[in-house]
Amino acid sequence: MHPVDTMGQSRDGAAYGFAFLDEDAKRELRRAIFKAVCIPGHQVPYASREMPIARGFGTGGMQLTLALLGPDDTCKVIDQGADDSVNAANIRAFFALTCPGVTGTLRTEAASVIQTRHRIPELPLRADQILVFQVPYPDPLVVVEPNAAKRRRMHGRADYARLWVKLYEDMVAFDEITISHRYPTRINGHYIIDPSPIPRFDVPKLHQADCLYLFGAGREKRIYAVPPHTDAIPITFNDVTFAVESFRDKATGKRHVCRRCGADDSFLDEFPDNDGARVFQCSDAAWCDMRLDRLEAAE
Amino acid sequence: MAYVAIRGGADAIEGSARLMDALRAMGASAPLELDQIERQMPLLHSRVLSEGSLYHPRLASLALKQSLGDSLEAAFFLRAYRSTKPRLGETAPHDTRTMRVVRRVSAAFKDIPGGQMLGATPDYLHRLFRFDLMDEDAGRFDQIARDWFGNRPKAEAPLTFPKVLDTLRAEGLLAPLAQSDESPFDITREPLIFPVPRSAQLATMARGETGGLLALAYSNMRGYGDVHPTVGELRVGYVPVMVPHPVTGKPMEAGEVLVTECEIVAMFEKTDSGAPVFTLGYGACFGHNEVKAIAMAVLDRAISVAREKGRVANPSEDPEFVLLHVDGIESMGFCTHYKMPHYVTFQSDMDRLRAARTKAGEAADAPR
Repeated sequence: MHPVDTMGQSRDGAAYGFAFLDEDAKRELRRAIFKAVCIPGHQVPYASREMPIARGFGTGGMQLTLALLGPDDTCKVIDQGADDSVNAANIRAFFALTCPGVTGTLRTEAASVIQTRHRIPELPLRADQILVFQVPYPDPLVVVEPNAAKRRRMHGRADYARLWVKLYEDMVAFDEITISHRYPTRINGHYIIDPSPIPRFDVPKLHQADCLYLFGAGREKRIYAVPPHTDAIPITFNDVTFAVESFRDKATGKRHVCRRCGADDSFLDEFPDNDGARVFQCSDAAWCDMRLDRLEAAE
Repeated sequence: MAYVAIRGGADAIEGSARLMDALRAMGASAPLELDQIERQMPLLHSRVLSEGSLYHPRLASLALKQSLGDSLEAAFFLRAYRSTKPRLGETAPHDTRTMRVVRRVSAAFKDIPGGQMLGATPDYLHRLFRFDLMDEDAGRFDQIARDWFGNRPKAEAPLTFPKVLDTLRAEGLLAPLAQSDESPFDITREPLIFPVPRSAQLATMARGETGGLLALAYSNMRGYGDVHPTVGELRVGYVPVMVPHPVTGKPMEAGEVLVTECEIVAMFEKTDSGAPVFTLGYGACFGHNEVKAIAMAVLDRAISVAREKGRVANPSEDPEFVLLHVDGIESMGFCTHYKMPHYVTFQSDMDRLRAARTKAGEAADAPR
């Protein structure tokens, strides 16, 4: 048993049932998952139980993971791409406490279920893997329409004109589309989704993937999915191409590389070191470690 | 799940949890007993019971103790615990005329059938410090209790009271109660998809956060709205909970819950049948929370006005605006989450800003 006894968690995990939620709640979640897979990109409402971590910390993703996990599963939790981020560590500790039998892992390739916040792993996921996203805002239309009832009608009619108007206004004001993350993405030619706050860098990974992507919004009470081998196209104009984060060094014109593993094709975290100099490092910790292991083995 | 050893975050969290615990234990004060919280801070305790939406007085005390007195966090403990429990059944509607009343007032009439009963309230107390409370002992508590019970005649007041609003209904000034066979909307098992029935509206507010409800209701009272309420009746007391017997199906008493209930009367409206009548707003919640019950009743009325007129003129009249923003567990959680790492999205933000600045620089450099 894991020794962390944070506020609100019983030291005796056995006082709660397997995977915390009562069985009726898990059944309801699984039904919503099936519906979400059957209607790609459609936001399926569900009741959303309160979790022992706060709303906004991944309660939607957590409910999905708890409904999916069985004792023979292997689970990985990442936040900002890293396994050691406080929130990932906290959620992992909760699974450790409430899901006896489930194996924890840090390795992307070893996991059957991966719960993530803000990143898609660099290593392409397989057909037998599920990626669960934590979602703060499930509806891409919220930036143009605050009323939920109106947004539902707009989705039903695939009426996304106001999103394109927003992109057009960006071009007029900045000569750039300024949406940095949560980039609106059209699924299977109909619904546009908010792919959660992943960077634009990760959006192409949603398209025609081998794995199942599940999105859970706890506070807003919606579940949606991008099933395997499904079109996922970021919306843009014919004459304006979708651009991912460049990481180009303005001085040299070259792309920055990871200071640990030297990767020049991964999403990088940029931060000031103790001397104030800018340094760059892979955001996906497992990817960086795997590359280092390979480099060592090759030597 | 088997624990995976990992550097960084997990150690920090464990240290933080231990420090929280140490802060509680440091110094010379004796450990808080759960009874002390329930008996000596009943109004704080009530707030947690009501916002936690689980009537478990002992766990509410534990929640307050464990959360170091934070009412939002304490209510959150009860909510999270609720998620582990299945729904066992549904009761018939409860008539609050059966309430064992400890306090009831009406602002609408000088005297009411059964009489006004002020009960325990700080409403008319001077908020002047009683410095002698800084140093009390158990003997003093005994004395206070003896003084109170010592000169009490037995059964001086009835236990239950008729409703003030019945008088108005009898005269036809208030529409008769509509009987509804509709089963109530269970907000714990169904998400709110608008438009929602009034039962969903009432249930959401009944477990809403007191401060959130108050702020929105106050905006209506001040002028962003026109409910202009009169408190027809506000009552506090214990309502017997009748649960269908698992075998016979007959209702049987399973216990009682402390409830605050408020019925406000608002200005009259035209009806289809012609004669105008007063309109009603309803508020009720677990525990003794008068501000919450009144605020809820005002908002219930405000939302209903807009529904009847088919037009929303103020935020407090918009069911989406009110119902999606009054839950303390959700709003507190989302507010707190901004403290979590956001460096991936911030990286994206910087990328866009740099790109836009480059374009702006190019435009400025271009010959005019």
